[in-house]
Amino acid sequence: MIRNSTLIALALVLSASVPARAEIDLSGSWASINHEDALERGAGPNPDDWAGLPFNESGRAKALSFSQSVISMPERTCWFQTQWHIAAGPFSLRMWAVPDPITGKVQAWVVAAWETRAPMTIWMDGRPRPSKNAAHDQTGFTTGVWNGNELIATTTHLKTGYIRRNGAASSDQATITTHFRRHGDMLTLTLFMEDPVYLTEPYILTRSYNLSTNPVPIGGPPCIVGDEGVESGRVPHYLPGKNPFLDEIAKRYGIPPDAALGGAETMYPEYREKIRAKFVRPAKCTINCG
Amino acid sequence: MSPKLSLVLALGTLLGTSLAMPVALSAQGRGAAPPPPQTAKAAASIDLTGYWVSVVTEDWRYRMVTPAAGDYQGVPMTPAARAIADAWDPAKEEASGDVCKSYGAPALLRVPGRLHITWQDDQTLRMESDAGKQIRTFHFGGWKAPAGPHTIQGDSVAEWEGGGRGATDASMKVTTSNLKAGFLRKNGVPYSDNANLTEYYELIAQPDGAPLLVVTIVTTDPAYLRQPFVITSHFKKEPNAAKWNPTACSATW
Repeated sequence: MIRNSTLIALALVLSASVPARAEIDLSGSWASINHEDALERGAGPNPDDWAGLPFNESGRAKALSFSQSVISMPERTCWFQTQWHIAAGPFSLRMWAVPDPITGKVQAWVVAAWETRAPMTIWMDGRPRPSKNAAHDQTGFTTGVWNGNELIATTTHLKTGYIRRNGAASSDQATITTHFRRHGDMLTLTLFMEDPVYLTEPYILTRSYNLSTNPVPIGGPPCIVGDEGVESGRVPHYLPGKNPFLDEIAKRYGIPPDAALGGAETMYPEYREKIRAKFVRPAKCTINCG
Repeated sequence: MSPKLSLVLALGTLLGTSLAMPVALSAQGRGAAPPPPQTAKAAASIDLTGYWVSVVTEDWRYRMVTPAAGDYQGVPMTPAARAIADAWDPAKEEASGDVCKSYGAPALLRVPGRLHITWQDDQTLRMESDAGKQIRTFHFGGWKAPAGPHTIQGDSVAEWEGGGRGATDASMKVTTSNLKAGFLRKNGVPYSDNANLTEYYELIAQPDGAPLLVVTIVTTDPAYLRQPFVITSHFKKEPNAAKWNPTACSATW
């Protein structure tokens, strides 16, 4: 009995002397702030606008072949929303922790689903990642670690999806890393998309949210496949050289079509000088002006 | 060594450490002068210094080129702000000589370019931009802004948040006031001289481990914004000044 008491006392002393594991509460409803990329995240990007996207040639070729009508195909109606939809979509987040029923420790964090994106379950219990040959889906498999008060989530095992909602695609080899940082009632996410198939370097997006007392739905409606009249066997697409929207952002914004084709160089300041002489600022915004 | 003995030794070591620390601290406290407060430079658990380059993956057409008049998407403008922006005339702006309106603190980190961050002294971090050749100074340690006219970069007070425990989750919170009116976007989207700014500078590890400087920028303005305007800019670190390219402000490009 004495020995047990001593051990308990020792344990108490030790638990008091070791700093608590740093974590922060991320639970709650987080209202999306869509001041950046308002068009891209809201109504959707302009066709063939891939400026600022680090495409490789394969990524560009795939995007150029894309016809928006492809989502009328029953097989592809729900294809494009992976967990990257958190970064590129407009929606708010709801997050909660799932405790282990025995130990009470946080087993997982959940970022609720919405609008065809499946919930992101961030496993915190150290479970191993599935085999690379395991099935991929739009949900993927996500694990998380704490770096102090920063939660870092890594998602793999995704099916092909979109990077930008105008045909820029991610492959089933893509990895998404999501960093959650909280500042009081504001949450900022920094997301990296790595894709050895379609990108030359990680694509980076950030999102910010305000803590809200208005509850964000816990689950979104499922994506429902419907018959939109596309005849069986037809895959809407554009053959090389036949994409009709290549000059779309030139017509709307005076931006040279070369810039719209993306590539890592379009992300960096030097690129401004490359397009300076070709840029013609329209006198007035005529569409999607805010 | 038996498992039981190992356990006892481990507990003993940990207990000794945990008990010895308060004793040592107590001994320091007897008769010794309290240590001086740590300077901001010494207290920094993340290193923001160095050369950084903009990575423009968001709001591309508002940053890499000058948007058309009337293209205000995403900015929660008041009607008064809209009236001002609708009257934007780049030729008049250029002719006015006041061509740095879109390089003020609320907009500076949206301008594609490079930053050079250094410690000016132990309590002051200095940030230069090559685009527009602007300088901001971030004052730690209870600094008070001197009285005087509002300026393009305003007066910035800084403090560290978080960090420690071996983690890299700290951020530098910067609060800026006394701003001279300017543009949030080059096409005349205004902020007034009553605008205030709160920023969080932090380092995020890229997939390859290299640091990404991420700055969340919150602008409030009772005159021209219906709600706080929140944007985030990010920068990759560069090894040196090789690509540093100072350029003057421009009202049209």
